Amino acid sequence: MAPLILVNVVVIVGPSIAAVYYSFTNWDGISAAHWTGLANFRRLLHDGEFRTGLEHNLEWTAMFLTVPIAMGLLGAFLLSQIKRFRLLFRTIFFIPYVIASVVNAFIWQIILDPQQGIGSQLQRIDIGWLNGVAFFGDVNLALPAVAFVDNWHFWGFLVVLFLAAMQSIPTELYEAQRVDGGGRWAEFWHVTLPGIRPTLVFVVVIVTIWSFLTFDYVYIITQGGPGGATDTAATLLYRTMFSYNEAGYAASMGLALALVSVVVTLAYAYVKRRGWDV
Amino acid sequence: MWPAYAVLTVLGVFSIGPIVVLVFNSLKTDVEIGTNPLGPPLHHLSLRNFSQAWHQGAIGTTMLNSAIITLGTVVGVCFIAGLAAYALARLDLAGGTLVLGYLLFGTALPAQLFLVPLFSLWSRIGLYDTRLGLIIIYWAIFSPFATLLMRSFLISLPRDFEDAARTDGSRELYVLTRIVLPLAWPGLLTVALIAGLTAWNEFFFAVTFIQSSDKLPVVTSFLAFSQNYTRYWGLTCAAAIIIVLPVLFVFLALQRRFVEGLSSGGLKG
Repeated sequence: MAPLILVNVVVIVGPSIAAVYYSFTNWDGISAAHWTGLANFRRLLHDGEFRTGLEHNLEWTAMFLTVPIAMGLLGAFLLSQIKRFRLLFRTIFFIPYVIASVVNAFIWQIILDPQQGIGSQLQRIDIGWLNGVAFFGDVNLALPAVAFVDNWHFWGFLVVLFLAAMQSIPTELYEAQRVDGGGRWAEFWHVTLPGIRPTLVFVVVIVTIWSFLTFDYVYIITQGGPGGATDTAATLLYRTMFSYNEAGYAASMGLALALVSVVVTLAYAYVKRRGWDV
Repeated sequence: MWPAYAVLTVLGVFSIGPIVVLVFNSLKTDVEIGTNPLGPPLHHLSLRNFSQAWHQGAIGTTMLNSAIITLGTVVGVCFIAGLAAYALARLDLAGGTLVLGYLLFGTALPAQLFLVPLFSLWSRIGLYDTRLGLIIIYWAIFSPFATLLMRSFLISLPRDFEDAARTDGSRELYVLTRIVLPLAWPGLLTVALIAGLTAWNEFFFAVTFIQSSDKLPVVTSFLAFSQNYTRYWGLTCAAAIIIVLPVLFVFLALQRRFVEGLSSGGLKG
């Protein structure tokens, strides 16, 4: 157990504790840190950029708690109903999840390119309303567009999780529902959904946590732009640290983000402990 | 049944279609991409993009870097997680519960929290901008899930063989290497697969901790490459395919184990 404890203390636990200390200082990352008390946190509370970033995280959470979960449930339920090609479809849905984020981002930068992308190709068959639209360059479209790319790579993972959970539901429950009638929709609503509830709750928890930490696709595609329209808490933290060299302030942002994930995790653990069947 | 297949086919095209566009473009010249940016290559197929991308992107070097980082991560994570899981599952060590609690809840600590001090620590002790430095970070962030996965795998194994060996007077080390290890290797293979694929694709720490172009893994060097050759789609698509192929190959060959590991390991974490 010693190697496990050693690497985790050096990489995660130690620096995490140090981050708590640095968040109370004006550290620049290089020279000595000076204690400034709660100054960073006071600044954080009134930081309009950071507030906007967190609002983008909230929008991101809202998008990811709906679209990929709905697509994942749909895909998994349909897969659980069919007999042939189940493995083939599952593989296809899952492939984007194993491809590196930089490649996935690049693929969609090609397809959504304003000059040579899907819009201009649709124009040729007289569907002109997407022509010239700069999905990643438009202040209103950029955040949903980046979320769309991230979701494209992510939802297949949920299919796999949901399908595994659905396959462990005893078939007798479905047979009993069939006696009651109501068709496939009733089966989905009264048997499948309750049957996979623990997985569903788990997915809601991880999606919420990951949405508040989201970084990769935003950083790769837009770097937070245009004009901060896609900035999330994580990209702001990154910039504060590596462009502005305000390591102490960045640490206080990290602490705020950690608080969100710890609170969500503790709430989940508490609910599980109470013996609720989730 | 056909409506189900129809919807699944639409979803399938949504998933795989963009990747097909990537393959198409890698086989076209940039002139052809100009007139036909998304469709299949209509003129002569050309593999020139691949050889050109390989040289201009220094993919030989970056692939080797990624291979070193991935291999180092996999070996280390298997060693660290295997030992820890064995201790947690089989030996009643003091503090076991505490470690288990950390593995379950400590992983909620986001990278954003410890990134800043870790960066300064790594710079000070000379691990910044080294492959070993990145590998050590991966050991730490992958080992909690790997330990939990291995632990549940070990718990599901029967203890009879070990107990028999112990009553025969075998030493603990013998029991571990000769009896537990052969039984536990399917679990280790799952851990290795997930850790390997994640290490190969990892972006956040790779972009932060490796700067020199001769040490970049494929992921971050591809990002730089695609930014340098913005409108050279054929070239960049070819580079993308080269770095994706190994992952895709391993995934397709061993996907059942991979998927099982992800769904079971994820759910218990």
